[in-house]
Amino acid sequence: MSDAAVATSAGGQPTVSKISEAVIRIAGNSQDGIQAIGGFLARLAGRSEQEVMTFMTIPSTISGGPSIFQVRIGSGEVLSSGDEADMLLAFYDHSYFNHLGSLKNGGIVLYDSDHLKAEAIPAENLARYRHIGVPISALTIEAIGGTGRDKGKNVFALGLLARMFDLNVDKLHRLLQERFTGKDPKIAETALNAFNAGYHYTLATATELYQFKPGENVGQAQVVMSGNEALAYGLIAAGVRFGSGYPITPWSDIMELLRRELPKYGGTFQQAEDEIAAVSMAMGASWGGRVAVTGSSGPGISLKTEAIGWASMAEMPLIVVDVQRGGPSTGMPTNIEQSDINIACFGGHGDSPRVVIAPANVEDCFYCAIEAVNVARKFSTPVILLTDQGIATRIEAFREPDLQKIVQDISPDLSPVSEHKPYDLSAPDGITRHIAPGTRVASGKYPVVTGLEHDELGHPTGSPKLHVQMTAKRRNKLKKLAAEIPTPTVYGPAEGQVLLVSWGSAQGPCQEAVKIARANGEAFSSIHIKYINPLPNGLEKIFEAFRHVFVVELNDEGLYGIGQFGSILRARFADPRIRGINKSDGLTWKISEILSRARALTQHSTNV
Amino acid sequence: MSEMAIPFAVLPRGANTRIEPVAPLADADRKPLTKKEVSADHPTWCPGCGDFSVLALYFKLIEKRRMHHEKITTVAGIGCSSRFPYFVQAHGAHYIHGRALPFASGVALSRPDLHVFVFGGDGDAFSIGGNHFTHTARKNVKLTYVVMDNNVYGLTKNQTSPTSPIGFKSKTDVWGSKDRPINPIKQAICAGATFVGRTTATNPNHVLAMMEQAMDHDGFSFVQVLSECVEFYPGAFDNANPRKGGAFAEVPKEHDVTDEYAAYRLAENLWPGHFGVFYKVQRPTKNANEAQIVTDAQAKVAGLEPWQILKKNFDRMK
Repeated sequence: MSDAAVATSAGGQPTVSKISEAVIRIAGNSQDGIQAIGGFLARLAGRSEQEVMTFMTIPSTISGGPSIFQVRIGSGEVLSSGDEADMLLAFYDHSYFNHLGSLKNGGIVLYDSDHLKAEAIPAENLARYRHIGVPISALTIEAIGGTGRDKGKNVFALGLLARMFDLNVDKLHRLLQERFTGKDPKIAETALNAFNAGYHYTLATATELYQFKPGENVGQAQVVMSGNEALAYGLIAAGVRFGSGYPITPWSDIMELLRRELPKYGGTFQQAEDEIAAVSMAMGASWGGRVAVTGSSGPGISLKTEAIGWASMAEMPLIVVDVQRGGPSTGMPTNIEQSDINIACFGGHGDSPRVVIAPANVEDCFYCAIEAVNVARKFSTPVILLTDQGIATRIEAFREPDLQKIVQDISPDLSPVSEHKPYDLSAPDGITRHIAPGTRVASGKYPVVTGLEHDELGHPTGSPKLHVQMTAKRRNKLKKLAAEIPTPTVYGPAEGQVLLVSWGSAQGPCQEAVKIARANGEAFSSIHIKYINPLPNGLEKIFEAFRHVFVVELNDEGLYGIGQFGSILRARFADPRIRGINKSDGLTWKISEILSRARALTQHSTNV
Repeated sequence: MSEMAIPFAVLPRGANTRIEPVAPLADADRKPLTKKEVSADHPTWCPGCGDFSVLALYFKLIEKRRMHHEKITTVAGIGCSSRFPYFVQAHGAHYIHGRALPFASGVALSRPDLHVFVFGGDGDAFSIGGNHFTHTARKNVKLTYVVMDNNVYGLTKNQTSPTSPIGFKSKTDVWGSKDRPINPIKQAICAGATFVGRTTATNPNHVLAMMEQAMDHDGFSFVQVLSECVEFYPGAFDNANPRKGGAFAEVPKEHDVTDEYAAYRLAENLWPGHFGVFYKVQRPTKNANEAQIVTDAQAKVAGLEPWQILKKNFDRMK
């Protein structure tokens, strides 16, 4: 909680401090509705025109098991989910002991004293943190009756937090009503009772209450959603009307949403019998004339690689979403990792160029999805949207897109043509564009799409000359794309000591690290690369202006100590200043980790 | 606000397409497509291969049913027979091994105006693509699947196939195959195919009749065509060819094609077995079921533009 301006305390009442941001970590079990409280807080922040970012972990077990949700609410720009929490809301002993380490010195612990007994709290903890015990379980039962067992505790706790942070009660009431509407009216009433009981509970041991300063985004309507939701809605906005997938965490939310939503737009999403069928159905629909989507997480992407290679060869537009998780193999399904960049860029046999775009945050998921569709169509290529578990599951608020302007129609053009060669080598722009079946070709020569090396009409060839020409054609169109991508801008001054290079979800943490380093007098800047393949032009000039270039990514440093994206950049620019800041603990970046690793590397610049 | 490098754009036809005005072609002006008009590359099959017959009868079907050129949609996987789309002068897709069915399902479900023909072999259908065969059949996706079954891997030059009989000597079973072969008819019935037919390449009229009935069936239609590999399994189906001393036994007239168990029993012995329609029932197609879901969903958002439908969702997320 930064820049607390303490208001005067009046007659034994707790003081009220004005804060510009807070990090609240809620820890309990997965069935406690932890995500629901986090969701309410995030949505409220969005409605209050505040920036918000959340971070959550769900256990991979089917039910039960520890679960956390961390919300960072700020009146200004929020770039990461926050290194340390200002407040920990702990429902159980294990929630308390496992997560106390994430609390900053002097932070507040709000705990359920029905589960964690005061005498179990070590004395040194009492000295380090402010403890507030509330018999949450018992009071919830008192407020709403004991039938629901542990139900309602989360909403009671939300009431406590609302009191503590002086949150807008009217808006929260509305949110609760919206959330529980449509069901038995009694349920909404019970929820409000639980909330009000929490809100009116006197926090006797709280000496201080907090109030957020007004947000900076005043007057802007914000929407609050997860990255998976933003990506799925982005695809719909882009005009995608067919998709196919197979369930796998953390991709499944996207397919569930598309399955539910697409019929409203006249489209459909098919749950396929396996990952290969999923990519194949989407491919068939793409050939049918409208770019389609498939997606998965690591293991499923491995299965789809042969088909993606076909898309490269046949030059078929296709969107493949890869919500990365911890790998290899089944790995750590509910943890974050950015270790699929190699398979995204190079997965498959042969020279199979494709486009890889990595969104940086939830809002970016929405826009990258549209961009991916347009790139796929324009360059007739598979596009892999490389997101990750962190972005996929966290909730952020962002400015509501101008949907009337953005939503596009990409219905296939089936009007007859006089002549068509899908793989025309003499086409002025050198780019393949298919015509869909159903399109009459007056010349009577119809195209075949194929995975065999082919001639201009798609018929098989063993000609060495044609293989060279067609390989170049598939490569060169992506070089054309590279020339169209704007060179990324540097965050911070364009020259200095350290340039942090980020891709995907590392953008926010890197920018926050730059802010902190700059405030500390260190010449840090950062650059974010959205197009992983092909890379934008002009990066070498940017790198030249820095003494160190550190690629910050959540994957192993690898055999050569520079990580996956680092290796690509090294290979591309042959610049020994490029080094890696990598980790593979399955957790998001802490700003302090990035800074300390960067500082340490500058001390050991043997490679320079 | 995120920036977009590639902005929204209406995409014109590519530079690889000539788009000068094309005179409209009224249905009444359409003539049946001749073999010359619908044949493309000369087939790469060995002389005497049974697949020639299937191709010739596909052409015949196109001509007989006066199919519109642009609507002919031919999909295949990998194998000798899967080269099919290159030999047909029409929209075609030559996809990866074993996955022609899901690819074709994607076409069928997104383009209800097209009837997709999928051609393939026994390896494509029952080995590498076995899972897709089961699920496409059970979902009753409306398309026609013609499997040219030669009981051997031909393209890769003589390995055991999932339909090779016990004792069949191949390069991978020099001592004779020991594995129980798949019975394609039983497999199709069990999986839930709603049209199951069987024919042999040596009886052209029967092949045409089966393909025609399959095309007219509203649902997943499967036709097994015995198609001899003269190179690696010559004489495999002589016992079904009267000209070679065999017998072409049609499905008995009294057979009830809607009786699943009778069909299953009839498929008991396929050496050489019966020919004709084993099983044919009406069950809602995947296409119809999905169309109903779309109709219901769209009724709730009637009159709204796509952006307005999306806006409703976004309004709930404020």
